[in-house]
Amino acid sequence: MRLRMPFARGRKEFPSHLWTQCPGCGEMLFNKQLVRNLNVCTSCEHHFRFGGRERIELLVDRGSFEEHDSEMTSADPLVFADSKPYPTRIEAARAKSGEQDAVITGFALIGEVPTAIASMDFDFIGGSMGSVVGEKITRVAERALAERRPLVIVSASGGARMQEGTIALMQMAKIVAALGRLADAGLPFVSVLTDPTTGGVLASYASLGDLIVAEPGALIGFSGARVTDQTIGEKLPTGFQRSEFVLEHGFIDQIVPRAQLRDRLAFFLTAFRPVAHDMRWSL
Amino acid sequence: MVDKLLGKRTAVETNGHLPEAGLITDARAIAATRGTAWQAVQLARDPKRPHAQDVIAGAFDRFQELHGDRLFRDDPAVIGGIAEIDGLYVVVVGQQKGSSTEENIARNFGMPHPEGYRKAIRLYRLAEKFHLPLITLIDTPGAFPGPEAEERGQAEAIARSIEAMTRLATPVVVVVLGEGGSGGALALGVGDVVLALENAVYSVISPEGAAAILFRSNAEAQRAASALRLAGPDLLELGIVDALIPEPPGGAQTDHTATAKAVRAALTSELERLSRVPTADLLSARYERFRAIGVVVEPSAGQAPPKKEPWWRRGIGKVRL
Repeated sequence: MRLRMPFARGRKEFPSHLWTQCPGCGEMLFNKQLVRNLNVCTSCEHHFRFGGRERIELLVDRGSFEEHDSEMTSADPLVFADSKPYPTRIEAARAKSGEQDAVITGFALIGEVPTAIASMDFDFIGGSMGSVVGEKITRVAERALAERRPLVIVSASGGARMQEGTIALMQMAKIVAALGRLADAGLPFVSVLTDPTTGGVLASYASLGDLIVAEPGALIGFSGARVTDQTIGEKLPTGFQRSEFVLEHGFIDQIVPRAQLRDRLAFFLTAFRPVAHDMRWSL
Repeated sequence: MVDKLLGKRTAVETNGHLPEAGLITDARAIAATRGTAWQAVQLARDPKRPHAQDVIAGAFDRFQELHGDRLFRDDPAVIGGIAEIDGLYVVVVGQQKGSSTEENIARNFGMPHPEGYRKAIRLYRLAEKFHLPLITLIDTPGAFPGPEAEERGQAEAIARSIEAMTRLATPVVVVVLGEGGSGGALALGVGDVVLALENAVYSVISPEGAAAILFRSNAEAQRAASALRLAGPDLLELGIVDALIPEPPGGAQTDHTATAKAVRAALTSELERLSRVPTADLLSARYERFRAIGVVVEPSAGQAPPKKEPWWRRGIGKVRL
């Protein structure tokens, strides 16, 4: 058996399947160790992106996740004329991410609190919100309402999905309307913003949480740097539209490192648990 | 209309739109005269096209403008106030573009800042409190994308505006006058009835933006415009708008008075109908209207999900030597 030597002579760089360079501190990180550390740099705590399904595994009580609408897929309502047909893009995204669309929804326990959860996957066409994302989140919100569960949505999205045109835009209104019913029923909604949360997703449900928490260093903003550049010919300053900036300007409650996210959510959900005082012991 | 509001979509002849309102409810009716998507985009952006102020002046009998969001400043890209139409008092909120360069600079080209949306929300609440119907007029390339807008929470302001409209306990009529640019337009776009002028466009992204992303070139904007299906007849077919308000021949820019008259006719007939619907029914119909938008594929309900292969079939992994 031949051992592969990462530092063998003649090799100019680290083999990328074994090592990743941290964009935060430049440190070379061994991939296995990076995964074990929840995709967070061991030396500077830079948070790499994290998949939608891993996120659910990270947040919910072990084995408690029950997925909903896992088979739902996108149609091509506009018959979108593109350099590459929309169904082909979907197929490619499915292969890349292993998911059917950009969100995973279902019921789970978080810190023993029965919760409805939606987790977005950035690997699926940039986590973009089309009909499937709209429908799945709306349904999970409606089910949360029916069973009186709090709702947690973890966002990771570039915004609305262009290939579904105005239909994608209307998903914003659809989800927000469903969240409104949840709010009317006094049920908590916690929004978790991860890298990146921008565009139509931030301009709808992601900004409407009773509590909004973000991961450190996540890109959080309404318009992309390119749009700003094109529209007003101004370059955005560095550090702009990051979690720390958004916290400073008062639009989120906390920045929570990935390793603490689960416990923090459990704390909030338990605090909001709709239980009458005299019933507390019977549960 | 009540039938339509309650989700029972019936034939065009019976869906309640009065013929004298002259609304177009079937895209096929104007199929012969419709131009390309790109022509619609250019008409919708024509600086000589009637903007919110022109329409308000022509369609309403009286109008008193109200200013400010009570938090930061008065955004000139969003105008609003109380108006009278046919003896009925309403609250009107609209995005205001300019018709000259100087005016456009003053109005920020119709691109609202967060304070514009917060002013809109304040006026929505006013309408709700005194049970005045709300009319919104959409005409914007999009919400302003600059750094100061980000600092003051552009996304949050839009989200709150959408949220307020989905639950506003008063009749809401939305009219897309010209350009409906993405989330910045939707912030004024949730209503019981959504109308659009014949040559208005409504899109998730500007054709130029879409072309830059899809084809890596701004020049392909025409192609992107038709792909996005953003013109009036497309919106009608997709169920995004309920009816189109006909424009004078040649487009709204040729005759502001006639355009405003058509808007007035449409508004009076819609308001008359909506005012008879109980508020609770109005709200649930509004919910269902937006709930129904979206096309997904689901495996038929009776079909069981494919069984996972047992582990001995899947194998434990190939042994590498």
